[in-house]
Order: sequence, then structure tokens, then C-alpha cells
Amino acid sequence: MFSLESLTTLVQDWLNKTFPPTIALLFEFVIVGVLAIALFAALGLVLVIMERKVAAWIQIRLGPNRVGPKGMFQSAADTVKLIMKEGLTPDGADKFLFNLAPFIVMMVAMLVLAPIGFAKGFHIWDINIGVLYVSAISSVSVIGILMAGWASNNKYSLLGAMRSGAQMVSYELSVGLSVLSIIVLTGSLNINDIVLSQQTGWWIFKAHIPAIISFVIFIIAVTAETNRAPFDLSEAESELTAGFHTEYSGMKFALFFLAEYINIFIVCAIGATLFLGGWMPFHIGNWESFNHIMDYIPSFLWFFGKTFFLIFLIMWFRWTFPRLRVDQLLNLEWKYLLPISMVNLILMTLIAIKGWHF
Amino acid sequence: MFLVDYFKDVYGAMKSLLVGMNRTGYYFTHHKEIITEEYPDNRDTLVLPERFRGEVVMTHDENNEHACTGCSACELACPNGSIKIINKFDISPEGKKKKAIDTFVYHLELCTMCGLCVEACPTAAINMANTFEHSVFNRGLLTKRLNKPDSKLKAGVE
Repeated sequence: MFSLESLTTLVQDWLNKTFPPTIALLFEFVIVGVLAIALFAALGLVLVIMERKVAAWIQIRLGPNRVGPKGMFQSAADTVKLIMKEGLTPDGADKFLFNLAPFIVMMVAMLVLAPIGFAKGFHIWDINIGVLYVSAISSVSVIGILMAGWASNNKYSLLGAMRSGAQMVSYELSVGLSVLSIIVLTGSLNINDIVLSQQTGWWIFKAHIPAIISFVIFIIAVTAETNRAPFDLSEAESELTAGFHTEYSGMKFALFFLAEYINIFIVCAIGATLFLGGWMPFHIGNWESFNHIMDYIPSFLWFFGKTFFLIFLIMWFRWTFPRLRVDQLLNLEWKYLLPISMVNLILMTLIAIKGWHF
Repeated sequence: MFLVDYFKDVYGAMKSLLVGMNRTGYYFTHHKEIITEEYPDNRDTLVLPERFRGEVVMTHDENNEHACTGCSACELACPNGSIKIINKFDISPEGKKKKAIDTFVYHLELCTMCGLCVEACPTAAINMANTFEHSVFNRGLLTKRLNKPDSKLKAGVE
């Protein structure tokens, strides 16, 4: 069976045989960096065209259909245009912070990629606190957004950034609690362990209704955390032009845009890992032959399939509902999602202690 | 009681979310009927709705007769003064003076295509046409005379 694990060990053995260990490690860093950037670029292109096509189909339109077959090269053309454009820095802006902010947002998105398991034995950094690391680092991106809003010296930007800050701080809690309810079952923060614990079935099926509740809460809360409609108050085209990135143009704007899509990918990857079993094929209990057939599909296909399914779910969500008001947004979090996820966590703990899950 | 209302809220919210997503999911999976037009490509086969408001025209029949009595109801109804009616007085064979239309001036550049003039017209002399490609290089071309030269009032229209 084809697996990426053998490929990585092959590369590592060859590097260690040819070079001294330090140089080999440096080469591995470079390879990983290049792969991560390539993944980012590819994801940016694919997700933008996917979003526009999904939006068009949901709104009974055709969507982009001029560049390339069925408009599939539209996002590549847009990227070329964004690279060519001038990256203007406004006169009144704080120049250093203004130019730093997009890189902070982008770096956060890159850092969060580290512990995600893309396939069996294929991850950048296998740390024992993977999920904690993700939830800790992903909240740093609010600093980049606040920085962009403040440094732009523009009231729209500042308002957007402040809204984004309030939103991220509050929605982080429900994301944390719904993640925790799966951690309670697995007893480990390591992403690899979480995936392996779903050998006999994914948690969303194994852990009854509480898992479904925490899955729904997770999807709602991460949509809010990535600042996407219906929670895109920090961008809110109709009120704030573009929120925190009003003043950005050219490649700096593109970095914000790319970071948004990368963040969607990452939160969906985390969701897929926690609830849908990551790269683990679809297994049902002890049906050996069925599980064996499922194993023939490569694990990275499972991972990307589940992640893209969740991304589609979030896009579907986005193009269905209108934007919330600020007070409605905070009401939803503090009065509904947070209490429900707390009760849900207690239920889940009970299930875990009593061993009621399959 | 508070808890009951709370759970009713949650249930209602979830239900309405699902109803909405069901609707958009239906549109997504039934990608046949497209409501947008690929305009410059389908110019020859373009079908516009009957009530599309492109510009005001005056209908003339085959005898070059129209139904405009020059009552200027449309001029009064127009919110931004796109219509100006210039009247003249015909002398009938019996020697009576009769009011008739000389020029129906229509400023397309001012018109917002609201259709109020068509609604105001008591004799249904004007209506909205389906044409919409109004771009010209000379602004003067947008000031139009709607009644054709030598056209007459239809007999029997008062």
C-alpha cells in the first residue's frame, strides 16, 4: 500500500547517510519549509476558486467562467494581479506595525500547521501537546489583526480590529470546550494519539449525541474565530468597507486573504482530526474485512477528503446566513454556546468515566 | 419556565438553520436553472422579462397615429423632469381650436426608469420598451422626440 511514511524515511535516511546530522537536519527544515509554502500557495488557489464556485452555485449563478476551462484559473490570474499591484502604505499609518501585521497573521497560520497529521506518519512536528499548541497559537492571530487595525490609522480599520478582538476572545472559549470534550475521551493531547484512538470508529459516531453537539458548536465557533460570514463583523463590507484590512493593497492584502483561507483549512483539519478521525479510514468496530477494504484508500486522501468536506460545510454555512449584529454575536456565544458546551463537557466526562462510548 | 423558553430558542434556531441550509443545498445540487445571463455572448438570444423597464417609447400604429392627447399627466408624474410636452393648437374644420401635441421631449439622460409616467398616462400612449443599450458618444442624442414626425392623434381618443 502506498504511504507517505516510507517516502519521508527514505529522504531522511539518504540525508543522514550523505551529510553530517546537523546539515541533514537543516536540509530537512528547508524541505519542510518549501513544502509548507507550496501547500499554502496551492491551498490559497484552490480554496478561493472553490469558494467562488460554491457561492455561485448556491446563488444560482455560474461563477467565474472566463479564465481557463470553466474559469478554473481565475484565482491564479487574481494572484498575478495582486503581485503586480503596488503595496501602498498610507501617510498617517504607523509604517513599521502596518507592514509587520500581515506577516504576523501569516506566520501564525504557518505555525499552526506544525502538529497536524496529514497522513499516516506524515506530520511536521509530532508533539505531545498538539491540540493545546494549536489553540494557543491560533489566538495569536488576533494580535496581528489588532496591529493592522491600529497601525492603519483609520477608524474603519480600528473598529473592525476591535470587533475581531472581542469576537475571537469570546469564541475561543467554546472552541476550547468542544475540543476538550473529545480530549476527555482520548485522554491525550497528541494529534497522532487522537487519530489512533479512532481506529474502531470516528468519535462523532462513537460518542453519541454529545459528540454531535460539540461538533456543531465547534463548527459554529471556528467560523466565528476565522472571521467568516455570518460572523464577519470585523470585515463587514457594508459598514466598515473591509474592516482591519481596509488600507492594505497588493501583496499585503493578499497575505491577509491567504491567511484567512489557510486558517479555514487548519480549523477544518483540526475538526476532521478530532471528530472525523483525521487520516484514519472509515472503520466500523470489528468488521475486519470492511476495515481492510477501507484501508486501501491512502490515508492522505482520507484526511484531505474530510477536511474539504468540512470546508465545504463552512462555505455552505457562509452563503446561507446573513451577518449577525455585534450584540447578537456576543449573546450567541455567552448565553447559548458557552453554557451548552459546558453542560455537554460534563455529559461527555460522564460518558468517558462510565465507558458508555463504543 | 425560563429553561423551557431557552430550549425552545435553541430548537427554533437549529431548525431555522437547517431549513436555510436545506434551501441553499437544494440550489447547490440542482445546478441547472441559472438566473444570470451571459450577456455579451447571448445578445442574439437574449430574452428580457415583459415588464423590464428600458426606456419610454410612444406607440404608433401603422397609420402613424398615436394616442397622446398632450394632457401632460406624464410630465407632472415624472419625479425628475425627464419629460417635457410642447403643445400646439390645431384648427379643426369647424373652426374650433383643439389642443394637440407638437413635441414630446424625453430626456433619457435624466430618466431613472421608474415607470410612473406610464402609470399616469390616461390613454396608454406611452410604455416602457425593452431596449437597454443606451450608450452613445454624444450626450445630445439622449434627448429624444417620442412622437414621430407628422404623426396624428388617433381618432376617438380624447
